[in-house]
Amino acid sequence: MDTSAIIFYAISAFTLAMGLMAVTSSKIFRSAIWLLLSLVGIAALYFWMQVEFIAAIQIIVYVGGIVVLIIFSIFLTQQAGTKMPKALLRRTIGSALAAFFGLAFSFNLINHYGFKSTGSQHFNASVSDVGTQMLSTTEHGYILPFEVVSMLLLSAMIGCIVIAIKPPQEHAEKIGTKPENVSSPEPEEEKVTENISEPLITTEV
Amino acid sequence: MSTVPLTHILFVSTALFFTGMYGLFTRRNMITMLMSIELILNSVNINFVAFNKYLFPQKMDGIFFSIFIVTIAAAEAAVAIAIIINLYRTHKSIDVDDATELKW
Repeated sequence: MDTSAIIFYAISAFTLAMGLMAVTSSKIFRSAIWLLLSLVGIAALYFWMQVEFIAAIQIIVYVGGIVVLIIFSIFLTQQAGTKMPKALLRRTIGSALAAFFGLAFSFNLINHYGFKSTGSQHFNASVSDVGTQMLSTTEHGYILPFEVVSMLLLSAMIGCIVIAIKPPQEHAEKIGTKPENVSSPEPEEEKVTENISEPLITTEV
Repeated sequence: MSTVPLTHILFVSTALFFTGMYGLFTRRNMITMLMSIELILNSVNINFVAFNKYLFPQKMDGIFFSIFIVTIAAAEAAVAIAIIINLYRTHKSIDVDDATELKW
């Protein structure tokens, strides 16, 4: 066992331990931090496989984007320090058994098949090669999925704004969801909007 | 590099996949369920890159699939968090057991 193999097993153990803590931790903010460390471990795995471009994308998009978004939404929606209620014991045992048997089945399949490596050639995925093939219009180019995924990102952005936007005051009253929301425990935000809207009305009158 | 066989990388990604699956089954909070889905997508990405590197080193298709999966996962996380915020605004809770209007 040489140095490279030792590094691989260390990275794998780190990633799996952090992933396991991310799904079992009872505090949601710590769970997000364990997930972040697990994603960093996966990026290290990509660096170990010498696909630096994917590793950079992993760090930029996941660690810098998605985990930060998740932490923002944790702060927006609940108290960060409170513990989540534990899952039912029946559900925990059932899902642990399902995961264990699925794992054993897949391990058995992979071990039985034993993929033969044909890697006599050197694997070269430099950024210039990736970019050239990504934007080429020839048979093996990826220009069409590239354009489609850009449209997907645009529609996802517009959809997020439409879904998460705060409904206007009179529209919410027409729907009838507003009065019960005001009575439930979120008084500060509603008061602020009322204080803003009242002077506007008086000046108009 | 050559001392670690492909199957060991596949073992790691399989273990990560089933860790995410366990979290998806046990958690009832929508944000933590979203985290488990991110773990599952990452394990799939590891598989794509490893297969591309070890079995087809003359091509780059696995890398492109990984890039597109990362992009779609980012869009999916953004939409999911918008839905979570909207659900919190109407239900004051993001527990999936509390949103039962569509249940018959």
